[in-house]
Amino acid sequence: MTDPLQRPPKKDPQKRTVLPTPPPGARSRKAIAFSTAAAEGRLALQNCAECNHVIYPAREVCPKCWSMDLQWKDIPDGGELIAETTLLTSVNTYFRERMPWRIGTVRLDAGPMVLAHIHGDVGEYERVRMIARTDKSGQGVLMALPEKETANMADDKQLRTLTCDPKHRRVLVTDGRTQLGQCTVNALAKAGASKIFVGIAREWRPYDGSAELAAVSGVELMPLDITDTISVNELAAEIGGKTDILINTAEHVRPGSAMQRHGILTARDEMETNYFGLMRLIQAFGPGMRGRGADGDNSACAWVNLLSVYALSNWSVFGTTTASQAAAYSLSQCLRGEFAGSGIKVVNVLFGPLEDSWRQPLPPPKVTPKRLADAIVHALRQGIENVTLGPVAEDIVRRFRDDPFVLERELMQAPEGQAV
Amino acid sequence: MGQGKSKRAGYEGVVVAAPVSVPYERFSPEPAHWWLAKALAGLGKRAGLSVDDIDGLCVSSFTLFPDTAVGLTQHFGLTLRWLDHVPTGGASGVVTLRRAARAVQAGDANIVACIAGDTNHVDSFRAMLTTFSRFSQDASYPYGSGGPNGSFSLITSHHMKTCGTRREDFGKICVAQRANALNYPGALMQSPLTLEQYMEARLIADPIVLFDCVMPCAGAEAYLVMRENDAQAQNLPYANILSTIERHNAFPDDPVQIRGGWALDRDEFWGMAGVQPEQVDMLQTYDDYPVISVMQMEDLGFCEKGAASEFIQANTLTYDGTFPHNTSGGQLSVGQAGAAGGFLGLVEAIRQLTGEAGDNAVKDARIAAVSGFGMINFDRGLCTGAVLLESGQQ
Repeated sequence: MTDPLQRPPKKDPQKRTVLPTPPPGARSRKAIAFSTAAAEGRLALQNCAECNHVIYPAREVCPKCWSMDLQWKDIPDGGELIAETTLLTSVNTYFRERMPWRIGTVRLDAGPMVLAHIHGDVGEYERVRMIARTDKSGQGVLMALPEKETANMADDKQLRTLTCDPKHRRVLVTDGRTQLGQCTVNALAKAGASKIFVGIAREWRPYDGSAELAAVSGVELMPLDITDTISVNELAAEIGGKTDILINTAEHVRPGSAMQRHGILTARDEMETNYFGLMRLIQAFGPGMRGRGADGDNSACAWVNLLSVYALSNWSVFGTTTASQAAAYSLSQCLRGEFAGSGIKVVNVLFGPLEDSWRQPLPPPKVTPKRLADAIVHALRQGIENVTLGPVAEDIVRRFRDDPFVLERELMQAPEGQAV
Repeated sequence: MGQGKSKRAGYEGVVVAAPVSVPYERFSPEPAHWWLAKALAGLGKRAGLSVDDIDGLCVSSFTLFPDTAVGLTQHFGLTLRWLDHVPTGGASGVVTLRRAARAVQAGDANIVACIAGDTNHVDSFRAMLTTFSRFSQDASYPYGSGGPNGSFSLITSHHMKTCGTRREDFGKICVAQRANALNYPGALMQSPLTLEQYMEARLIADPIVLFDCVMPCAGAEAYLVMRENDAQAQNLPYANILSTIERHNAFPDDPVQIRGGWALDRDEFWGMAGVQPEQVDMLQTYDDYPVISVMQMEDLGFCEKGAASEFIQANTLTYDGTFPHNTSGGQLSVGQAGAAGGFLGLVEAIRQLTGEAGDNAVKDARIAAVSGFGMINFDRGLCTGAVLLESGQQ
């Protein structure tokens, strides 16, 4: 069993913060497809379309039949550890700082032999359950876990480098006024976050659930209006050095297309929150988090953006809101690039219509705020970067993968009040 | 198709000569070109040849970038009619010999200089590992970046588990090679090693300890391939080539490497020469880790798979022992000078068979087996080869 992770001691201000040193991040173009699946928490390898051979490492051609029709497919996650070692030296600074480090050869049930990181609870030559996750370089890697859950399994030193577990971490939830924000806070408290900073804009205005929110263990209510640069900067000055996870729950949603609006005031409000708000947060909190990507057991580790799935392709029923979401999505890609090498994951949750007042006329299926909150915490605990939540979002993402230009035209035909 | 055995031509009339080793240095500010030039100049001096006498060149080097063998022709002032660049690392000695011998035999070249060398700057080993191969970049380097230590610890532990080899056996190989190195002036390791020291050594990657690992360094090795009568005319002592084998990516479905291509080709190896393993006076293996030397002993047929422990314990492995092995100290004690490591055993064998081995001479040595192994592309070494040489001295 794994020793339970202890709450990290208070940081010694005299000591220099350990700087992030990424593990090797160079990959071939084909291997990046593996990373892409890993970012979704999926274990996918190339399958030969002609002879069904499962292929690893990623290739340009099937080594059995020379077919070049290789398709990425999810594979069964079982395997067997057939050789293992504990490294005590490494030429790479990242690993050198984290020795000893277990690696081993796993025979996947799907066929190939792979090299993988090995969880501390996996015994010699045992059956294992494989996961694919992005590591601190942002690229996908394989890790062998015990076949059955073990005590404190998530606290394993090597596994924790792949996850963003909120346990003993300090989290900022940018908007606590909404049901979504409050559900997120509750889920984080349950997951063992040591401190939950909750942003409240215009705190003099009453809001539902305020008393319950203040009573959650570890919660600290903070004034924060992400449409106000000074407010964002002031909060960052206060807690930026101890924000390990940032979850941006603030959003500004209004129905309406461009022609249904008069002037740009509403669109500007949408941009102020959804796009410029995100940008203010990035500028105020990003550099500090990036510098703390290796700062011990409660290092900075994740930035969560919640985005309407229509950020991928515009839906005119919420036409201008969607446009601001698309801008935010693009900015989150920029952020992911800027965090590369720092060990901080940008978690993008693409969700279908939320069960809330602004989306009240939309038909089901919808995503409840609690479900979205649970999905955020699940993604953090699992180290998953790209989440698609709810049947509508899943449907849109599937169509987007098929052909984004077809999706664009499909969405034009979607009737009022109903997506595709 | 293509499976029918055609009889391979022998190597009659082609010989190897002029063994040259440029003494190794742990770190060198000089580029690979300097080391290769030093080796080539050494060949010229040893054989009494000038730039105009050499019409073929075969090069092996990891650190020559941005150049290849092509750039060296102009750099070294060579006008050639035959040129090759061999990227097979630890198998490069055997592979260059095979290439060059056929070229000389066919008349495409008269005298081929085979040179291998690499420099070792302070950070070159790490730099080489990060870009070693696409598969290692995608699928092994991100897992701890242990480099060869990681790969070979898995191969070693698997061999111990399935073949019953023990750390004492690996230790005996290392200790004997160190004893050999004490008489070889070019070796970087010049202090004696005991089995006790080996058994208690610092762990690097379980079960591999410090003395199982080679020390990366700078150095170069070289030899000539030429016609027998040219060597005689030049008054150069030489060795004849009795047989060779070469194989790449053998046994791709073995879960962990437990054997190499030698196991596929050994009947041909001994058959072509008409020699039995018992007639061999010394074995030079590629020893980037002792487990690979063990694998070569097994797969070439000096002992059966799984009997290496007994074989090693039943023999003495020093140059004056019952089974002389890596008589200059091997890479484990001389150092691993990149691609020159693939030449080390071959050049030492030529020295032994031409009477130039000095204090480490194997008594009455006539036949030497030299084996190569190279390129951990992902999880295993892909290139294997071996050559049997016979002394040309009457």
